[in-house]
Amino acid sequence: MDPQRASIPAGAEAGSGRPIIRLRNVSKTFSSGTVALSGLSLDVAPGSFVSLLGPSGCGKSTALRIIAGLGDPTSGTVEWPTSKHDSSGRPEREISFVFQEPTLMPWATVFRNVWLPLRLKGISKAEASGRVMEALDLVGLAKFAGAYPRELSGGMKMRVSIARALVTRPKVLLMDEPFAALDEITRFKLNNDLLHLWETYGWTVVFVTHSVFESVYLSDRIVVMAARPGRVFEDMAIDAPYPRGDAFRTSAGYAEHCRRVSASLHAAIMSSTAGLDDHL
Amino acid sequence: MTAAASDGAAPAATGQPGRSASSGRLLRIAVPAAMMVLLVAAWQAYCTLYEVPHYILPSPLRVAQAMWTDWPILGAALIVTLKITFAALLLALVGGVALAVLMVQSRWFELALFPYAVVLQVTPIVAIAPLIIIYAPTTQQALLICAWIVAFFPVLSNTMQGLKSTDHNLLNLFELYGASRWQTLLYLKLPNALPYFLAGLRIAGGLALIAAVVAEFAAGSAGAGSGLAFRLLESQFRLNIPRLFAALILLSLTGVVIFAATSAVSHLLLRRWHESALKREN
Repeated sequence: MDPQRASIPAGAEAGSGRPIIRLRNVSKTFSSGTVALSGLSLDVAPGSFVSLLGPSGCGKSTALRIIAGLGDPTSGTVEWPTSKHDSSGRPEREISFVFQEPTLMPWATVFRNVWLPLRLKGISKAEASGRVMEALDLVGLAKFAGAYPRELSGGMKMRVSIARALVTRPKVLLMDEPFAALDEITRFKLNNDLLHLWETYGWTVVFVTHSVFESVYLSDRIVVMAARPGRVFEDMAIDAPYPRGDAFRTSAGYAEHCRRVSASLHAAIMSSTAGLDDHL
Repeated sequence: MTAAASDGAAPAATGQPGRSASSGRLLRIAVPAAMMVLLVAAWQAYCTLYEVPHYILPSPLRVAQAMWTDWPILGAALIVTLKITFAALLLALVGGVALAVLMVQSRWFELALFPYAVVLQVTPIVAIAPLIIIYAPTTQQALLICAWIVAFFPVLSNTMQGLKSTDHNLLNLFELYGASRWQTLLYLKLPNALPYFLAGLRIAGGLALIAAVVAEFAAGSAGAGSGLAFRLLESQFRLNIPRLFAALILLSLTGVVIFAATSAVSHLLLRRWHESALKREN
């Protein structure tokens, strides 16, 4: 991996190479008539850490699901310009998805949960064993391979979920408010772990969150979204260098970024037709 | 002073849970056993003191005697009833699960078949039994069909419920990783349905026995292939009340054993992960 990459803001990089994901005028209307997304266009540069930030109902999770291929857009296109395409013209995306809940199978051990994506590809337990243990090792849970999800704490379950996402060695990691339900100490810890893994492996991460502080801490680019209908409100680069750590969390630069993103988020909420009162 | 007092109190407090756990286990066996001894003694005393005729209410001793002397008849009948019950239960499990999988996999199957499964279930089995007895080649097969009709529905409806209540995010995850329908069924839907299926199994076990007895009442068959229900009726006609009681006790015991066995299976399969099999600790 290029050690310089981490310090280059994504905005600059997006202009140079082809994006790994390209959304063009994506709209989504649910069968209930709710317009979740309207004319969303977004290019995601390879290796970037993009956060989709917005109030609830702004369609950020819907956008992530559409990127993942869970549900088709009502109109518009999702392209994977750098991915190979199979014979039927479908892109061979190497993606993993982390949900807001750990989404583990309660009847299966930690090992079998992490093995799942490989098992679905027909890789036997013996063949997968090395990679599963490696993924568990990355999140510090190798000792818990034989445990059942219910025996783990909330943070540990989330880490199993991340290990499961990593076991396929994805190029793109899609995360839907993965740490929203965790306590602050655990969230900070997992933020650091995630950043460390991202810096080491150079994936592209698309991260959905409603937390200004989390998005500023993690991302090199924040896409602020507004609701009713869901759309991009402002695209902001966070040009603080990586690696970021606890020092960054308490720095003046961090506070300044947070203030700027907060103001943008507030403006996005106010710009929604119903305004702030309706959101609260 | 306070420190010394709390030191003294601590071991006593920690000693409490261990003692209560073992005494709790003892109580769970001892209390029902004592209760049974008490009831049987009272029954015996009542029969002796009031000189109740044995063709109205036989004493426990007479029932025990009947069990011993009539064992060749009762034992053979028990075997017949057990065979029908377990064959029906086994067919109900296979049929119930297979139909549930078919109906969940295909909306057409569900639309076409489920209403009729409900009709079969809600029509009282005693009302259908005479017809089945006419159409079935042998009485044994008629009994088996009756018991199956009653036992399969809880397996079917519970398994369907379990297959349908799979976590949507897990379904999304399987879709994301390109799982085939077969893989989704095998690795996700069936394990998810297991607790529901086992609850259905426990109901079906009891119902299979009840249906086997009810169907035999309706069939009223006689001869070598007779089960406990027929022996019970026959004893009533002959006013052989001690034997009637003995048959009744055998039926009860069979029901209890089936319930205990299905509960044990359920516990063994779920003890590591399902809330129903875990002890709550607060």
